[in-house]
Amino acid sequence: MLFYIVRRLLLMVPLIFGITLISFSVIHLAPGGPVEVETEMSMKTSAQARENLKKLYGLDKPLHVQYIDWLTRFVKLDFGKSFVDDKKVINKIRERVPITIVISVLSLIITFCIAVPIGVLSATRQNSLFDKLTTVFVFVGFSAPHFWVALLCMYLFGMILGWLPISGIQSIDISGMGGLEMLADWAKHLILPVLIGSLAALAGLSRYSRSSMLEVIRQDYIRTARAKGLKESQVITRHAMKNALMSVITILGLAVPGFIGGSVIMETIFSIPGMGLLFFQSAMSRDYPTIMGILVIGAVLTLIGNFLADIAYALADPRIRVGKD
Amino acid sequence: MMIGIIWHRFKRNRLAVVGLTVILIIVSVAIAAPIVAPYDPFVIDVYNVISPPTSAHLLGTDDLGRDVLSRMIWGSRISLAVGFVAVGISITIGIIIGALAGFYGKAVDAVLMRFVDIMLCFPTLFLILAVIAIIGPSIWVIMVIIGTTSWMDVARLVRAEILTLKERDFVAAARAVGASDFRIIFRHILPNALSPVFVSATLGVAGAILLESGLSFLGLGVQPPDASWGNILTSGKDYITVGAWWLSFFPGMAILFTVLSYNLVGEGLRDATDPRLWRSGR
Repeated sequence: MLFYIVRRLLLMVPLIFGITLISFSVIHLAPGGPVEVETEMSMKTSAQARENLKKLYGLDKPLHVQYIDWLTRFVKLDFGKSFVDDKKVINKIRERVPITIVISVLSLIITFCIAVPIGVLSATRQNSLFDKLTTVFVFVGFSAPHFWVALLCMYLFGMILGWLPISGIQSIDISGMGGLEMLADWAKHLILPVLIGSLAALAGLSRYSRSSMLEVIRQDYIRTARAKGLKESQVITRHAMKNALMSVITILGLAVPGFIGGSVIMETIFSIPGMGLLFFQSAMSRDYPTIMGILVIGAVLTLIGNFLADIAYALADPRIRVGKD
Repeated sequence: MMIGIIWHRFKRNRLAVVGLTVILIIVSVAIAAPIVAPYDPFVIDVYNVISPPTSAHLLGTDDLGRDVLSRMIWGSRISLAVGFVAVGISITIGIIIGALAGFYGKAVDAVLMRFVDIMLCFPTLFLILAVIAIIGPSIWVIMVIIGTTSWMDVARLVRAEILTLKERDFVAAARAVGASDFRIIFRHILPNALSPVFVSATLGVAGAILLESGLSFLGLGVQPPDASWGNILTSGKDYITVGAWWLSFFPGMAILFTVLSYNLVGEGLRDATDPRLWRSGR
């Protein structure tokens, strides 16, 4: 198992290298490079000032030198300073990442808890009314623009019914609240973003568990289990689900970039101060160091998510950890 | 004959047939926009702004008094065009990369597939936003950037198909008569590998339309006064608070039904073209 983990980790090295290369190239798509953007607002900027700025950011050097410079700083997690407020990019990201991770993980758990039962139940009752209704439901959830669903929910629950707050992650005045109250306040703020955020992955995951369940319950060992007189509920939960759901773990890992990418829209609409909102604001103000930093961090987070999913899969399935070593 | 079997199996999936019908209707409406749209989508009527749905304006008017239905009918052209062009780009890239990786194998395969893995690590929306922030939003940028960030699935599918196909006798026969690699790939192997690509393309159109609407929501999609479903929805969202729900409700429904239809058709095609499902009689 240790060998498997080490090998898996080593495989990540070239990927991280590629991620930095692509992020770097994307930023240098800009005609004239980052300095033009920073100076284009003020026409008075002299040629001398431009040169100074270029020197400051090392933009007067050839591209490959710039890349290597940037890479060596990246290894030390130094992404430079933001163009907007001169704060260190890594600190800005560090403040925001936990919120996005918490929301993504919560969405992931919710997705799992809804999708798997839907998948299993609709597989065991194939072509029933339940199967058809849930199929339509997950497809509608997958096909609707999520910001639109969010808007409608904000309008319904926030404005007409007044049940839920519609922005931020906590109330403005939380000084008088005890621990439990604060938790409830948090939950109230997060319920819409988390639920709507999980809509996108719901379809894929539930369809996947349905089809892998359908495949499993046709196999001989399930017939054997039934033949020896086990109750149907036991056949499903003990024998079928165990095998059918193993590969669902991998799919869960693949959903990670969706959640992180989706955070841009969810956090913008609900004014949640996470990485997605920061990325959107940086993109609008063309804050290159921050854009580059988040691009890399977002991709690395995905990589870590996939890694964890692979490890979990290996733990669940002995064939992976023993067979391939 | 193949197409006959596929159509026969596709027909049995009622949801997919409904989806196909909806798509055909929407595409014909988009083509016939100048004839079916009741008003000019750009004409402003300041005496009749934010009118609720009436018999004159079936879906109401927006904040500049423009007819929402007409804007949506014209907008369907742009939304569909974004979907088709983006998918055209992503499929072209995906087929080329997948074909090269699968056919040549070894180092070529290793390098190209690592590239696919790397691209898959980036949350799509992050990559798209970064590029649009730098180059600026225009309909062409949006089509190209959606296309260039969504080809990875196609590449993997094509590669997998080619890996099995290239061992077949007909490829050996083609090679024996002296066909070039290019000819073997594009004339002999690819036509046999296209059905999963077709499924992926159908689902891709849905994804691209959805992405464009998301970008419009962030103000980085198709720019007004050009109408896309996404930006009609977005410009209407600020008026929800004053009770003008129809401004964003109907465009949202249009996106939902179109995307849903493409997804249902894609799913139906997948079942219909998957030979593994033919045997089991599901």
